[in-house]
Amino acid sequence: MSACVNIRFNVNGESRAIDAPPMKRLLDVLREDLRLIGTKEGCGEGECGSCSVRMNGELVNSCLVPALQADGATIETVEGLARNGELHPLQRAFLACGGAQCGICTPGMLMAAAHLLKHNPHPGMAEIREGLAGNLCRCTGFIRIFESVVAAAASEQAADAR
Amino acid sequence: MRGNAVAHELIAPGSLDAVLELLALAPGEWTPIAGGTELMVAHASGRLGAEKLVSLWGIPDLRFIETRPDRIVIGAGTTFRDLRAHQTLAAELQLLAQAASWIGSVANQSRATLGGNLVNGSPAADSSPALLVYDAEIEMISTRGKRSVAYSEFHTGYKSNVMAGDELLFAIHVPRRFAHHRQYLRKVGTRRAMAIAKVALGATALVDGGVVSEIRLAAASLAPFPARLYQAEAAMLGRNASPETIETARRALLAEARPIDDIRSTAEYRRRVGANLLEEFLNSLNDGDEE
Repeated sequence: MSACVNIRFNVNGESRAIDAPPMKRLLDVLREDLRLIGTKEGCGEGECGSCSVRMNGELVNSCLVPALQADGATIETVEGLARNGELHPLQRAFLACGGAQCGICTPGMLMAAAHLLKHNPHPGMAEIREGLAGNLCRCTGFIRIFESVVAAAASEQAADAR
Repeated sequence: MRGNAVAHELIAPGSLDAVLELLALAPGEWTPIAGGTELMVAHASGRLGAEKLVSLWGIPDLRFIETRPDRIVIGAGTTFRDLRAHQTLAAELQLLAQAASWIGSVANQSRATLGGNLVNGSPAADSSPALLVYDAEIEMISTRGKRSVAYSEFHTGYKSNVMAGDELLFAIHVPRRFAHHRQYLRKVGTRRAMAIAKVALGATALVDGGVVSEIRLAAASLAPFPARLYQAEAAMLGRNASPETIETARRALLAEARPIDDIRSTAEYRRRVGANLLEEFLNSLNDGDEE
């Protein structure tokens, strides 16, 4: 049996501290302890990407990160994409292009796409496909999602995407 | 989530020395966890047997790539993303960089470590065929010191290896002498991303005047652990890649392969595709003589 440990991290720009069992999944910490329910659980085993967040600037599946390993980390979730009430260019593009249908995969798709654009502001289709290869969608057939990323990259705002 | 978070202890001593001390005090009692891409999956499904885990994530002494004149030394905690991003490694050890690009997805590559891939010892491990045909060496560490074994001697059975209970995998040494070898790696799986290999074949060979003077062949998912294909190698050594020799090598591979039927494929499919991959590589030895 394991006692709770104190875990401090920065989530979407805010310092947070919680007490949690060290093997609690970062996904559950975000959803249950911090009530950040934008991050979704799909498969729970690192296959579907629904729980994608950024940790210290790397894209990770939050279902595979034990809480203790997030201690001291900087975490970015889908809730952090919009700033000052303004949607992120990717969010606008997903709306405009029909990139979201049921919505379960969308937060993960957005985070994986945001991660891709951060490293590669103008990705080709092959790079978009690779960047999103770990994110599964059961509704859209992916094409509208890829088109959304292309549109976001093309938009002026993406040039200085965060 | 069928696992129970409070059923497992996890500590993060933060330094290599502190982890080694812990392992030395109670060999076999603690299970190291690095990026968690294997153990957290077991945890989620309620299959994680280990009660006590020690975190290796974020220990700088385990995450490095060092370029020496004769070899590239890769810390066990190096992620597959690190491997892909390292320019010398990507240029010289193309097969390893290629294997790294096949592992899971961006989110898996940012967490999964080379050491974890090897210690986990899946028969289908993506990095293994490349490391086997590059003649890699495994360096292990404990409070008793360091020791090394050839990677071809590291796995001893299905998910078992030569490491003692107080040891950690420290580094993987990959020789740089294969630059002039013909190199080949192909993975056959359901899709390019995420899918675990049904079968994979790696190869390096040196061809002098049409004759194979050195050859290393290794497969994933043709045996209970990733392994060299010594009989198929022997069939080619000192010979040219004629249709007859290639057929002999195919038969040797079929004789030494020990694949299984499982959720991903059948033994028969693996055997035949393995032999076809070998044939594809051996046929390529007759293309051009520039190297």
